[in-house]
Amino acid sequence: MTTPLALSQTAINFTYLVAAVLLIVGIRRLSAPPTARSGNVIAAIGMTIAIVFTLLDRDIDKYWLIAAGTAVGTVVGVASARLVKMTAIPQMVALFNGVGGGAAALVATSEFHRLAPASGHLAGDDIGAMLFSALIGSVSFAGSLVAFAKLQELLPGRPIVFAGQQAANAALFAAIVACGALAGATENGVWMVLLLVGALLFGMLLVLPIGGADMPVVISLLNAFTGLAAASTGFVLENTALIIGGTLVGASGTLLTILMGRAMNRSLANVLFGAFGAAPAGGAALAASTDGKSYREITAEDAAVMLAYANRVVIVPGYGLAVAQAQHAVRELADLLEKRGVDVKYAIHPVAGRMPGHMNVLLAEANVPYPQLFDMEDINPEFPRTDVALVIGANDVTNPAARSAPESPIYGMPILNVDEAANVVVLKRSMSPGFAGIDNDLYYNPKTAMLFGDAKSSVEKLVAGVKAA
Amino acid sequence: MSLLNSITIFVLAVFIGFEIISKVPAMLHTPLMSGTNAIHGIVLVGAMLVAGSADSTLEQVLAFIAVVFATVNVVGGFLVTDRMLEMFKRR
Repeated sequence: MTTPLALSQTAINFTYLVAAVLLIVGIRRLSAPPTARSGNVIAAIGMTIAIVFTLLDRDIDKYWLIAAGTAVGTVVGVASARLVKMTAIPQMVALFNGVGGGAAALVATSEFHRLAPASGHLAGDDIGAMLFSALIGSVSFAGSLVAFAKLQELLPGRPIVFAGQQAANAALFAAIVACGALAGATENGVWMVLLLVGALLFGMLLVLPIGGADMPVVISLLNAFTGLAAASTGFVLENTALIIGGTLVGASGTLLTILMGRAMNRSLANVLFGAFGAAPAGGAALAASTDGKSYREITAEDAAVMLAYANRVVIVPGYGLAVAQAQHAVRELADLLEKRGVDVKYAIHPVAGRMPGHMNVLLAEANVPYPQLFDMEDINPEFPRTDVALVIGANDVTNPAARSAPESPIYGMPILNVDEAANVVVLKRSMSPGFAGIDNDLYYNPKTAMLFGDAKSSVEKLVAGVKAA
Repeated sequence: MSLLNSITIFVLAVFIGFEIISKVPAMLHTPLMSGTNAIHGIVLVGAMLVAGSADSTLEQVLAFIAVVFATVNVVGGFLVTDRMLEMFKRR
């Protein structure tokens, strides 16, 4: 049964053109703060147009299958997007990216199964595109799941490395290419299955050795991969919406990955093969050398007094703030201090939290005035004039080893120079190292005082203390 | 549609993709990643085309999973991006 509404391919292609324009305008608006939200809506409208008009394609006759699939997918998508906590959004993005890659691989596999046995004469470009989307889609699927597991702390955030890893990866990749060549030459499904299995394994091996702190860059890269996999299915199905939509993401995602890496002062090659935070020989020695160093603890009351009588305070938020959901308490503390005439600023490191922009989102949720948020370049010159730097659950982005210790795995990453402030108060749960698994010399600095505890309850104690002071 | 047409569209889209996000402030990196993440859910179009004309049971199963996955990608992706951007609206 074909729908009586079936449109000609030309008419459908025209709607794809409209959809493509909306997607492009949407991405463009997404990249500037005042227009970002409307950009997302415009892109979603473009997507809806492409999807709805695809339903009028004459070759479609199994509407029940599509209806069942989209119904299940919508329920899962809405539920997970609505229920996820703000702190868990990075891993949610990884998951959504992974299923997109998986869908591209499945589309390619299904097409291979449908076309390969029939003719035995698949066109070279079609089979090439199928194998490419199956490969890249599977790598993105498996890699994203590992990234999800690392961010969700189902797997350790530290890099997982074993001897000969890169040689094993190279051999595996060669085997995958060989399977692809055989699948293309023989059009035998066995080779396709082997290619898929190999690609899934390769995706996992690609992400396992990458440390948790680099996950945003990796997810962005896998995002670009999924885009290319989707574009490649467009070559198989001769569908312009797929080619344009997928390629836009492939290209902009690649650029975004480079921009993110640049914000962390790390090249893509370094992220992928550097095993960030793997504590190499030098790093291990560095960690050992911190044993026996002493740190100073401070009570919430003393810290509150210090803050209340300061002239300039800079708040440095990190992932600990996000986990503890302390953003509202922090805002209350800042308001109290401002009322007392203290100048309060927030220092936002580009990769504080688990993702760039993570802190902006959280503080915006607590209605922190936007002009109080300062980027790293703008706030760093302020630290020498700052009385108290209040570090709330941030760690690696304040580690002076990034400036001074060439043997440290994070050497060269731009950091917030909190150690230049007259006093540093660090709110932290314990002395355990940060996400990158590196010890932080800041804590042993004589200027630094540690206030242990959950970020939210510590900040609440500070609020009470400032009120009493 | 010839292969050359597809390649033409592909190459032009590569240039557009690079151009449109040339200057992005760091605070928008995550929402932009999430938004483009939703856009590659366009693969749903491919999944629907394959599902709509799937013959064998195996193809139908593969295509069904593909439709579910791609729908999660689209719906979840746009909603989660909107939730992030909602936080920016007030000053």
